[in-house]
Amino acid sequence: MTDIIIHCAVALLFPPLLLGIIGKTKAAFAGRVGAPYLQPYYDLIKLFRKGSVFSETTTWVFRAGPVVTLSATLIAVLLIPLGRHAAPLSFSGDMILFAYLFGLSRFFTTIAALDTGSSFEGMGAAREVTFSCLVEPTLFFTLITLARMSKSLTLSTILIYPTPAIWLAAGASMLLLVGALFITLLAENCRIPFDDPNTHLELTMIHEVMVLDHSGPAFGIILYGAALKLFILGAVFVNVALPLATGNPLVDWAIFVVAMMALAVAIGVVESVMARLRLVRIPQLLVGATILSAFALLLVLR
Amino acid sequence: MFFFLEPTAYLLTAATILAASGVPGLLLRAPLFGQRIAAFAVVIASLLGEIAVIQLLGGSPAAFYQVDWPLPFGPALFSTDHLSTIFLFPLFLVTGCVSVYSLAYWPASEQSSAGKLTFFLGLFAAAMVLVVVARNGVLFLMAWEVMALSAYFLLTTEQQSSAVQRVGTVYLLATHTGTMALFVMFSLLRSTTGTFAFPASHALAQTLPYATLIIVTALVGFGGKAGLMPLHFWLPGAHANAPSHVSAMMSGLMLKMGVYGILRTLSFFVALPVWVGWVILLLGAWSAVNGIALATGQRDLKRLLACSSIENIGIIFIGIGLALVGIQAHAPYLVVCGLSGAFIHIVNHGLFKSLLFLGSGALIHGAGTREIDRMGGLARRMPITSTLFLVGSLAICGLPPLNGFVGELFLYVGSITDGITAPLPLAALVAPVLALVGGLAVITFVKLYGIIFLGTPRSAAAAHSHEASGFMNGPMILLAICCLAAGMSPQLLVRLVTPVVGFYGDVAGDLFTQASSQVPLLPLTFVNILLVILTLIIGAVYLVRLRGSSQPRSTTWGCGYLEPTPRMQYTGTSFSELVVNLLGTIVAPRRERPVMTGVILPRKAAFHYAVTETVLDRVLSPIFHWIGLGFSYLRKLQHGQLHIYMLYIFATLFVLMIWTH
Repeated sequence: MTDIIIHCAVALLFPPLLLGIIGKTKAAFAGRVGAPYLQPYYDLIKLFRKGSVFSETTTWVFRAGPVVTLSATLIAVLLIPLGRHAAPLSFSGDMILFAYLFGLSRFFTTIAALDTGSSFEGMGAAREVTFSCLVEPTLFFTLITLARMSKSLTLSTILIYPTPAIWLAAGASMLLLVGALFITLLAENCRIPFDDPNTHLELTMIHEVMVLDHSGPAFGIILYGAALKLFILGAVFVNVALPLATGNPLVDWAIFVVAMMALAVAIGVVESVMARLRLVRIPQLLVGATILSAFALLLVLR
Repeated sequence: MFFFLEPTAYLLTAATILAASGVPGLLLRAPLFGQRIAAFAVVIASLLGEIAVIQLLGGSPAAFYQVDWPLPFGPALFSTDHLSTIFLFPLFLVTGCVSVYSLAYWPASEQSSAGKLTFFLGLFAAAMVLVVVARNGVLFLMAWEVMALSAYFLLTTEQQSSAVQRVGTVYLLATHTGTMALFVMFSLLRSTTGTFAFPASHALAQTLPYATLIIVTALVGFGGKAGLMPLHFWLPGAHANAPSHVSAMMSGLMLKMGVYGILRTLSFFVALPVWVGWVILLLGAWSAVNGIALATGQRDLKRLLACSSIENIGIIFIGIGLALVGIQAHAPYLVVCGLSGAFIHIVNHGLFKSLLFLGSGALIHGAGTREIDRMGGLARRMPITSTLFLVGSLAICGLPPLNGFVGELFLYVGSITDGITAPLPLAALVAPVLALVGGLAVITFVKLYGIIFLGTPRSAAAAHSHEASGFMNGPMILLAICCLAAGMSPQLLVRLVTPVVGFYGDVAGDLFTQASSQVPLLPLTFVNILLVILTLIIGAVYLVRLRGSSQPRSTTWGCGYLEPTPRMQYTGTSFSELVVNLLGTIVAPRRERPVMTGVILPRKAAFHYAVTETVLDRVLSPIFHWIGLGFSYLRKLQHGQLHIYMLYIFATLFVLMIWTH
């Protein structure tokens, strides 16, 4: 029961902080002070209190987009184990539902973008669905590999399964999985090198351009949903990459939170030292990630 | 429960009513009245048929009917079993919906072809019922031909158009090539068993001399009808050019008859060679990926839906392939999950694809075009159609909480379980393939829904579109409710397919429960309900928040440009361009770039863009062209004089008689 409460509290309150840490890291690299760590929270509160501007072309789909996206993401949060603790909602086969919930949220984000009739948003939507489509096989190869290692179809089991001992035994495939998962994490959350969340040119954006017309509370919901998605995929990554467990539940929670912060710093570092890839290069990197994860499966079969 | 008749009798009665339903329309002076009679008769027949389905699902035994006809092929046999039932359920449901829909979509008061269309629609449905209940090879082929030919007359309703004539010819060639393969197959069966009556299931040994040939001819004949690649070439054109409610029946129901044929043929054998399962699995995966890739690039609304039918047939065959591989490998989880997934998808595809095709009819009615890039902004003027179309699009992408997800869930669980337990988990590779197909489906249907219904109208016709009438919306609403109900409580679908999986896969009840317990049905219902409640709560909070704040209206943000025109919007072609370029080898779009002439002032130039049908345009058309040239000298025999034709027939029979003596 305590774990479920902590799970919900961490999952609901913690995600925006990741964005704050990433921002602070990038600022440090650029030699700036940067916005406070809690800036994303301030932004959210400010947005929820603002009015909204609606384009005359939009319909109910535009308003429903962020709402459905957020609710699908919130359910995905309930399916994912955090740290060494099983998820509040876990059953055999939940990994498939997990992947398809992201599909549902993607469907609604992109049709909300198309509802504005803007070329820019159409462009962003096209890129979003295309690149995500290439990420899907990677996610499934990764899940099958982990499922085979842990002999389970339940996310809570397969993501808690990796331990330092497993890393020693099957280091090569774990390393490949971590690589593939990191690329998935960056691509799905539209971070550099796939997309630059801070760019100022609509033509080059992916995620930001899809939400150009959303304002006020709707934009707040979108920002929060994006943070939540980063948190979810980050938790998957941390579970596989840093499988540290002490046996004490509270210490494990602390380890998890620290690991997530470290991941945010790592993303900030990547964003500071790399440039965004040219759009034509992105599919190549994504297919490369798929092949990495397929290799991981091959090594496990051996 | 008390029923007056037993199931087969109900089915035969329903088939008779269906076949006769269009006759009053042909004879009566008032065609509209005839059409109403037909619709009423079809609905009654559909209800009778569904009674039979309910009886069969309840486990009541079906009688065997034997009619001693004067033909030298043995008695005509009719019966039904669980395998037939799973095809009959969507058949009657969709047929009933379509007949009501046609009252408004193709009203006899406006369309002179309505009488003919209504007649063949009834005959088409009756022939499909007969295909499913026939238990004699020749009877089956007769029903098959009536089905194929009435589909031809249905799809060439608008026969004045040259495009329709062309696709009609291609369809006729394709279906008859398939039938030819079926003639070979049933003759071989006859020579093996000594009778045209269907052998009992699992009665033939796989070591029979003709076993391989029987299976191959069945795959060619039935696979072509199902639209399995590479025999799919007739499908996009035929579905696109038929009236929309006919497309709904062809795609939702007729393609499944091919699936039925293959399943029935395979059930004759005790065991199958190892390669059969893998070939079906590979063909299914190939069709799924290529079908949806073709669909992504389409610019014609109905052609896009038709290509996505190839994808869905592919998914069904993936399920069948998994099951066959599972039987070979003694892996009950693969058999149960593969068969359940395939059968659930057969039912689901019948529901959502019919919904989408009926919706496309409403769109064509409302906006007067099939071109995706000429529509836009229709959600404002057609709110009901747009909502129903959204339900269909979500369902066909396999997204929760709709029914499309359930079938795919079974396939995923089967394949990943194979990944966990099998020593060499080749079947596990199905999961990433399905994931890729799912991703491409999202691209395709986001494009379809977004470009058609959202944004601003791209043409004057789209700007003046109008909502369809109640007769058209009613059936669509019924289908959408079925999709939603089956998605929210997947147990309904599972209950529907449990008997047929047990019957077809020879899976005992406890084994079924054990294997399907891996599939999270109850949790799925729970999550679906949670999803709906959460969406409603967040939506309510958001709306309350909006109420209390200012909501100025403005134009869409265009980098400060204040007068955006509809032509500045992203089109469907540009939306899918990114992925079409990635899939270049499969989709092979043909671009004809303008050549600029004129030195100072360029002259007018045109740009063409079309997605090619690789098999039809690059392989078959050239071959047929050369064959046509080669045989041109035979045209002398074709002179249109009836008595000489009769002489040909007489001479042929005479030669055959001498040859046999």
